[in-house]
Amino acid sequence: MTETLLKLTDVRKHFPAGRGASVKAVNGVSLEIRRGETLGLVGESGCGKTTLGRTIVKLYRPDGGRIEYGGQDVWSFDRKQNLDYRKKVQIIYQDPYASLDPLSVVSTSIAEGLNIHKMYRSSKERHERVLELLRLVGLNPEHANRFPHEFSGGQRQRIGIARALALEPELIVCDEPISALDVSIQAQIVNLMMQLQQDMGLSYIFITHDLSMVKQISDRIAVMYLGSIVELAPSDMLYEHHCHPYTQALLSAIPIPDPETERTRKRILLQGDAPNPTALGDSCDFAGRCPCATDKCRSQRPALTEIEPGHWAACHYSQAL
Amino acid sequence: MSEQTILSVRDLAVSFDTYAGEVQAVRGVTWHLNEKETIAIVGESGCGKTVSIQTVMGLLQKPAGRIKRGEIIFGGQNVADFTPKQWRTIQGNEMSMIFQDPLTYLNPTMRVGEQISEAYLEHNPGVTRAQANERVLSIMRLVSLPSPVQNMRRYPNQLSGGMRQRVMVAMALICDPKVLFADEPTTALDVTIQAQIIDLMNGLKEKVNTSIVLITHDLGVVANMAQRIYVMYAGQIVEHGDVDSIFSSPKHPYTWGLLGSVPRLDSKNKSRLYSIPGTPPDLLAPPAGCPFAARCKYAMNICKRQTPGQYHFGKQGQYTCCWLYEPQAKERLHQAQQQRGCAHHD
Repeated sequence: MTETLLKLTDVRKHFPAGRGASVKAVNGVSLEIRRGETLGLVGESGCGKTTLGRTIVKLYRPDGGRIEYGGQDVWSFDRKQNLDYRKKVQIIYQDPYASLDPLSVVSTSIAEGLNIHKMYRSSKERHERVLELLRLVGLNPEHANRFPHEFSGGQRQRIGIARALALEPELIVCDEPISALDVSIQAQIVNLMMQLQQDMGLSYIFITHDLSMVKQISDRIAVMYLGSIVELAPSDMLYEHHCHPYTQALLSAIPIPDPETERTRKRILLQGDAPNPTALGDSCDFAGRCPCATDKCRSQRPALTEIEPGHWAACHYSQAL
Repeated sequence: MSEQTILSVRDLAVSFDTYAGEVQAVRGVTWHLNEKETIAIVGESGCGKTVSIQTVMGLLQKPAGRIKRGEIIFGGQNVADFTPKQWRTIQGNEMSMIFQDPLTYLNPTMRVGEQISEAYLEHNPGVTRAQANERVLSIMRLVSLPSPVQNMRRYPNQLSGGMRQRVMVAMALICDPKVLFADEPTTALDVTIQAQIIDLMNGLKEKVNTSIVLITHDLGVVANMAQRIYVMYAGQIVEHGDVDSIFSSPKHPYTWGLLGSVPRLDSKNKSRLYSIPGTPPDLLAPPAGCPFAARCKYAMNICKRQTPGQYHFGKQGQYTCCWLYEPQAKERLHQAQQQRGCAHHD
């Protein structure tokens, strides 16, 4: 059993939505992230996956539950521990156009963290490190003094990765790092990230809505729906034998780039959209769209239970699926 | 071909004049669309696919953009040199377009019903408001918008993403267009909603007599919707064929790369994805010769000097523009195919 790096217990994050209502963006998530693994976090837009990612890097304070790092609650850290946590846990943002300061040359953006954490005494050493990072992510070190607008989308995402790697983190939360990129560039970035993981022993939380890409890189996958995890399994297991009707629908909705397979494949079409996350009741969150919902689903909320070793699902009928 | 061609584009070239110089966005493309058919134009962003259909629909930004050469034959006429007034009789009437992001293309201050009926009232003078509303309701039912009577009176911000895209489809269909352009119709949507919209658009062809030109970079969507595919790269068409040939025996190295870089849900192995090195060329100064040569593993000397012609395969009209299919390059092609075969199995 590999070492647990980060442990989430019943984490909640609610946003006020006026008139006393609240959007339950993350509604009781328990997870473990192990050292060196990639955990895929999948779900539709609005399911709370980005909020969860941001809560993990302490950009949001959770309204309930614990996030433990090295056995200690991250919100009980003192100043020094906090600095250390911020160093060890990094984030890569979705939009490489919006997440880089347009007025700073890329070397400044990459060196910012190095400055804050006073990693290098001399500016020369620091600059060396920036150049090394640029080489590491496959960029030309001569471009260190260029501005973000001089780079293409894929190159900018590489800069984002270099910035996240600067502080030698243990865990990187990747918030849809490839969804803004073209297909041929997506593959480049994913390959780069897998290579870096091998070389540096990183752990990733890979947030995405692209189920076919997440399969490619994840060891385990968590499927989120309306702020909770509905299924969690090692990735091969999830694709072969899924135990939640939402996962089933999600997988069957992905078009496969092969006309022959497509003609014979049966597809489950979900009716309607995801419901409003302000009004979550005692029922199963998915009951309204589920093709096999029963009265039990409408009155009782299923808990996330272990079906087989390592495979968890939150459905009353997961055994039958 | 026995099918009736309703739209054909011949050697179309479009350029934009910018301060930096002439951007040659589309550099001589030829394609056609048959009746009751869906074709897909596939390519990366910046390859000119959106510009080419915007031009075909008369939506080219002028005067920055101009048609350098080429013909667009629609309904027996060359519409490429139509005046804006002439264009307006076709736009939204015989040709219409579904845009990528419904939220930016819907007017936030207009009720949904009004927006759908706008084109209908414009193209059918003498129709009363009540008749138009009748028509709107029937079209909303056609695209399966729930409770049409209520939703007609709502504003776009009150609808979900999937419903907004259905409104876009309804707007495009209100005048029974002969040709429907869909510019990345599902890119902004979630997978489950995307599946609903694909299903809807596939069903449309049986319900209304419309041909669809689909623009996308998602090969999964293409496999689901299109009968024929044009692969575009740097303003040119590099390969064309029916959907089965393109997916089962692609010919152009760019198509190989495109297909290889998509992870497959149904594949078992977890190998590295194939990625095309480098980035597309700058269209301010497009390279001489094959535009893909700089990124192509199998490039030969001639590729960098001279643009390849079309090489045809089979009876389904598949062709590609690649020097590898020149008889003299037989050995090189064999080598390339073997390498590609290996790349797929390791």
